[in-house]
Amino acid sequence: MSFFKVEGISLQFGGLTAVDNVSFEIKRGEIFTIIGPNGAGKTSIFNLISRLYDPSQGHVYFADRDITALPAHSIAKMGIARTFQNIELFENATLLANLLVGRHCHSATRLWQELMFLPGVRAAERAHRAKVEEVIDLLDLEAYRDKIIAGLPYGVRKVAELARALCSEPKLILLDEPSSGLNVEETDDMSFWIRDINHELGITVLMVEHDMSLVNRVSDRVLALNYGRVVATGTPAEIQSHPEVVAAYLGA
Amino acid sequence: MQFIFKTNYDQDINLVQHRGQVWSYGLLLALLGVAPLLLGTYLQSQLVFVFIYAIVGVSLMILTGFTGQGSLGHAAFLAIGAYTTAYLQSKGVPFAGAGLVQLDLNLPWLGASKLWLPHLGYFVWAGVLTGIIGAIVGFPALRLHGIYLLIATISFAFIVEEILARWESVTNGNEGLRVRSLQAWGIEIPTNHVSFYYLCLAVLAVTILATLNLMRSPTGRAFIAIRDSETAAKSMGIDIAAYKVKSFAISAAITGLAGSLYAHKLSFISPEMFTLLLSIEFVMVIIIGGAIGLHGAVLGAAFIVMVDPLLTWVKDDVPQLVAGLASMLGAGARQAQALEQALGNIGSAAGLKGAIYGVIIMLFILFEPMGLYGRWLKIKLFFQLFPLYKRASFKRQKTYVKTERNR
Repeated sequence: MSFFKVEGISLQFGGLTAVDNVSFEIKRGEIFTIIGPNGAGKTSIFNLISRLYDPSQGHVYFADRDITALPAHSIAKMGIARTFQNIELFENATLLANLLVGRHCHSATRLWQELMFLPGVRAAERAHRAKVEEVIDLLDLEAYRDKIIAGLPYGVRKVAELARALCSEPKLILLDEPSSGLNVEETDDMSFWIRDINHELGITVLMVEHDMSLVNRVSDRVLALNYGRVVATGTPAEIQSHPEVVAAYLGA
Repeated sequence: MQFIFKTNYDQDINLVQHRGQVWSYGLLLALLGVAPLLLGTYLQSQLVFVFIYAIVGVSLMILTGFTGQGSLGHAAFLAIGAYTTAYLQSKGVPFAGAGLVQLDLNLPWLGASKLWLPHLGYFVWAGVLTGIIGAIVGFPALRLHGIYLLIATISFAFIVEEILARWESVTNGNEGLRVRSLQAWGIEIPTNHVSFYYLCLAVLAVTILATLNLMRSPTGRAFIAIRDSETAAKSMGIDIAAYKVKSFAISAAITGLAGSLYAHKLSFISPEMFTLLLSIEFVMVIIIGGAIGLHGAVLGAAFIVMVDPLLTWVKDDVPQLVAGLASMLGAGARQAQALEQALGNIGSAAGLKGAIYGVIIMLFILFEPMGLYGRWLKIKLFFQLFPLYKRASFKRQKTYVKTERNR
């Protein structure tokens, strides 16, 4: 029984092979990081897992189920949430509304009930809100609850995206460059939160990251990618001293 | 400035945020309640138009304002509601009340074109049928964005207009259909009677209430999510296709209900009443009102309905007024007459309405993109913060258009 497994996945855009026969497996409770130079295919792998792209070949298994053919919107319900490299929040809504959208995969109310806002809908809303408040509490977002996203600073938005992903109570969370654009202090906070999410909430983390100090601090295992191919997999220390990885980064 | 101290989640869920709102909306409702007693029949009839336009405005707000899908086909939805009303009424179906009716749709290619239709009155059918057609129109919307979606909805509107003109056995073609006064449970409500005014007001109030309920539920948030980022919405588990179709269906159904009232209000309908210009009027309702909230739909409706009396005034009174002014300032009788003639020609020129609409849209988009409701919010903030209001509070930032990747 494997928790999460990617098997021989490939992605082609016309003649360009963005992801080339990549396989890896993530154990439950692990923090797994994908590193690689720009254009190595890291975000493409994320988009393949969250079904925004269709793979040319290969399969993705989650909890022993093949999710390669599922529609994108059913991925969240299975327990996989993600963040985006270039922040994809709902800009003209409040932070609270954004986080409540994160609860969408758990909502079971019907349209006709919602039109009348029956007591059942209210009860469900209260429950969603209580869950959202837990996440707000965890990530220190209290001050921004009723603020419109478009007016928030970059660092807060980055955390807001993490919060939205957490609101869906995922089993596996995909973080696409959680520290990009953050200053040293914010990166420190982020690394603590990633560990908290992993240790306290028991969520398995798959992340793409460039900041090697963050990678070293939090990751259990690292996969290095170059030109869409897996170069090496191992502990952070192993990867950093791996000759091919060094070559890929330094061009030697 | 008022700060609301929140102590439980229900305060954010409730429609009424603080006691002041009960007073202000209560007062508004009370004023609208006594308005027919105070106003003349002309103003009462204009208010009925405001209500009907506001209902369509609310429906368009759901689709365009909240879900981000443009539509220039709402005149067609209105037409479907109106024709359903006129046709079923001619078959003896009441406004409301259950029953069964036999219809002859005269569609030989369909095989049996006679069918038995169970009904709860034609008002319900106007909404249901338009909603179903709206859902069907919603399907192309799954693949179309922005201006292409607008083009698709315009074509839909043209198709409907053409069908209304050609399907003579049902629609009576270009001669149009007469709509008799409204009957439900044996009570007759003439269109210019005060009870029709209250009916329209009630339909508007219920529509707004249902829409507010929808917007504080998961479905409403899904609409907003789709508007702001389809990619993120998908990854949050929102079935984009299903919700876009839902949004189209709900919006169309509400417009269908408005169409039923519209048919009664005009008491005669024909295909040339439901043109592109009417669709543009509906889009104007939300642009002028401000596509940021339901208040906008109502304010915009009031504004648009006032344009017609303004046009009449330009046509009838302004030429004389200007001519009188000119002769007072020393112009000769012939010159004054020529002036009156010229202005009269401009005032009654075909297409003047469209031109004025164009100018109004441009001025609003340039100078008040958040519409009348946005202006109201600014005025309110000015007094709340007095004397600390900063113009920069609402200053528009230059934002760069998001690329359309991964739609």
